[in-house]
Amino acid sequence: MAPKLPPHHPVEQSTSATAGGQASVHHAPPPGILRWLLTTNHKEIGSLYLIFSLIMFFIGGIFALVVRAELFQPGMQLVNPEFFNQMTTMHGLIMVFAAVMPAFTGLANWMIPLQIGAPDMALPRLNNFSFWLLPVAFLLLLSTLLMPGGGPNFGWTFYAPLSTTYAPPSTTFFILSLHIAGISSILGAINIIATIINMRAPGMRMMDMPLFCWTWLITAFLLIAVMPVLAGVITMMLMDINFGTHFFNAAGGGDPVLFQHLFWFFGHPEVYIMILPAFGIVSAIIPTFARKPLFGYASMVYATAAIAILSFFVWAHHMFVVGLPLAAELFFMYTTMLIAVPTGVKVFNWITTLFRGSITFEPPMLFALAFVVLFTIGGFSGVMLAIAPADFQYHDTYFVVAHFHYVLVPGAVFAIMAGVYYWLPKWTGHYPNVKLAQWHFWLSVVGVNLTFFPMHFAGLAGMPRRIPDYALQFADFNLVSSLGAFMFGASQLVFVAVVILCVRGGERAPAKAWEGATDLEWSVPSPAPLHTFETPPTFRRHDAADLPAP
Amino acid sequence: MSGGSYYVPPTSKWPVLGSLAVGVMMVGTGMVLVHGRGILIMSVGLIAVLAVMALWFRDVVVESRQGLYDAQMDRSFRQGMGWFIFSEVMFFAAFFGTLFYIRTFALPWLDGEGAKGVAALLWPDFVASWPLMSPPDPSIAGPAQTFSPWQLPLVNTLILVASSITLTVAHEGLKEGRRDATRNWLFATLVLAVTFIVIQGVEYYEAYTYYGITLDAGIYGATFFLLTGFHGIHVIIGATILAVMLVRVLRGHFSSDSHFGFEASCWYWHFVDVVWIGLFLFVYVF
Repeated sequence: MAPKLPPHHPVEQSTSATAGGQASVHHAPPPGILRWLLTTNHKEIGSLYLIFSLIMFFIGGIFALVVRAELFQPGMQLVNPEFFNQMTTMHGLIMVFAAVMPAFTGLANWMIPLQIGAPDMALPRLNNFSFWLLPVAFLLLLSTLLMPGGGPNFGWTFYAPLSTTYAPPSTTFFILSLHIAGISSILGAINIIATIINMRAPGMRMMDMPLFCWTWLITAFLLIAVMPVLAGVITMMLMDINFGTHFFNAAGGGDPVLFQHLFWFFGHPEVYIMILPAFGIVSAIIPTFARKPLFGYASMVYATAAIAILSFFVWAHHMFVVGLPLAAELFFMYTTMLIAVPTGVKVFNWITTLFRGSITFEPPMLFALAFVVLFTIGGFSGVMLAIAPADFQYHDTYFVVAHFHYVLVPGAVFAIMAGVYYWLPKWTGHYPNVKLAQWHFWLSVVGVNLTFFPMHFAGLAGMPRRIPDYALQFADFNLVSSLGAFMFGASQLVFVAVVILCVRGGERAPAKAWEGATDLEWSVPSPAPLHTFETPPTFRRHDAADLPAP
Repeated sequence: MSGGSYYVPPTSKWPVLGSLAVGVMMVGTGMVLVHGRGILIMSVGLIAVLAVMALWFRDVVVESRQGLYDAQMDRSFRQGMGWFIFSEVMFFAAFFGTLFYIRTFALPWLDGEGAKGVAALLWPDFVASWPLMSPPDPSIAGPAQTFSPWQLPLVNTLILVASSITLTVAHEGLKEGRRDATRNWLFATLVLAVTFIVIQGVEYYEAYTYYGITLDAGIYGATFFLLTGFHGIHVIIGATILAVMLVRVLRGHFSSDSHFGFEASCWYWHFVDVVWIGLFLFVYVF
């Protein structure tokens, strides 16, 4: 199914990159585990990020399955409510901070230097530091589950005073682990910005970059802007818990609502941190398999920037029912609905790229197309939630759970998987097994919709979030959701099988593994040698003559 | 863009050792806070973090002096430092935002102002004021009195502004190759920095001993120590960086056209200075 590279295809000339890997002065990597501990190589660090993320995806997934198993039937079956709360909380924290974010950082590490023709990330040692902070942070976070009083049990949003006055003793460790993860994110983001601004191949202007680089540049900016705010708010929590301050306690003149403002000032840009790189991946895959250049490249860049800027002005839409002044309700309602405009620009551009394209359905394309459809469902339910008076009904129901899982699972996670299938030939030199990948795709698509679509109805009918028991009328929806969740979880084992098989062997991939691919990474051999672009390639823009005939 | 001379360091043990050190430090800190023991673990972690930083930066200095870094590498460092300072700005923005929110919204609402004034039902006798001398819950003692901005805080403001000027003079001296001037003005900056820290220490002592401004003295004490405390930590870090720069100047490390280490520490110091101006205005004066 994988298309073979036709000889003398004109697109090959679209970039005249010097293929890397020439024998030059390189010390042999240290033996065994030391190679991975001491590395400064962007490809090795990228692999570490991706493997770490995959492990955490399964740990967070198991937590979710505990939740879904308990909710399979009404009544209390398997776990006690305290443990149920720890599972919902840890599922959210692990998936956001340890699975989705590191996966995107891993893809950035691998692909950004290859896409801009750089020898490595701008600050290679810092890069390794950013990675190795993560296992430290999340071992500490997971260890809180074994501490007296249990782990975090206040939801991934850790609202005060649940997370301060009424929190388990382990909360201090939770805060410290989040500090470590935050440092990792900030340093990683600084590295990515420095790389993109400073390391592009001669001749490559900003507006020549692949969209994955653009979306990551903007994401990195968001990270540097809001991770310190998260650090600030958890520091204030730490002080309220340990040093007797009253930041989030009205008795001393503080305000628990202040916590929510600070948290969501971080939290809403964080949502876009988890989706903008996904936009970049999809914007690479759809043109490749539609065999057409991306429609509206510049508008894609401006739309991404617009989403990022707007994300600083929408945070209180998570707080419509907390008791905001009417003016604030209106302001945040309108700014939130405004985000639908640049997001719509993106969706229309993807669809227009597909229009009259010569479309084939390789595994990356399957996931990218599912992304466009299913992410858009999540986007529409987001517009519903943006309407303040309607949100009074939806708030804290399963409708919200359905909404953000649609943007995060068939959104962010599908895009990551699309990216993995797209770039696996570049990483391993082999095509992923198409039959297995198709099984993975269809099981995932069916599983994801079985899991999350009924949640819309359960939520609209009034089922609250984060409660281990529910009224009988929600039983059917929850049964379907739980079956879907186990189906989705099990089908990810197929994904692991595909990746392992692809690393070990499979159909050989040429440098340009996909017929319609044009970016610079396809000019280096597959698998990409450890060192590429040590001498910067001369980048030449694609013009109309370079594109395959329609 | 470079012609392929960008220096990609070989393997390094500092990143992974640094991560481990951060982990030990955080576990120790958590143990101290939660269980009241673990000082040793925390200290070992902190010392390890500082040691790794020192050795890592030493590697960078050595590579720089070996001439391994080209102009493109210099730009990477500039980007890195600039965005790092931006992240620090956002860290303080969260704290200033807290101060403004409390003063503008939270306290007036607790006093019954506006549509959200139903919060006044909690403590009907509460009267909003800033500085907040009487927290809503009478069992929480507020500060007895607050600092006049025109005494030690003003002195400290003048000291920090002066230190930014002396540092700039030192930098100009470096650019013109007048090494003695650089050394002397940098030393003067360091003296001002240490003076600031000492005065801040005196003020903290007075706050706790005479003024009743403590961490648990309601929201005024909390925001006071949050803002001045994190600023103070940054002054100590900045002064440490400047001290390292002084040692490097004495060793003849910098040239008039290549001294980004020095320049980056200047950026950092000016940032700390600007934060203090904000503190002086919004914590002390207004």
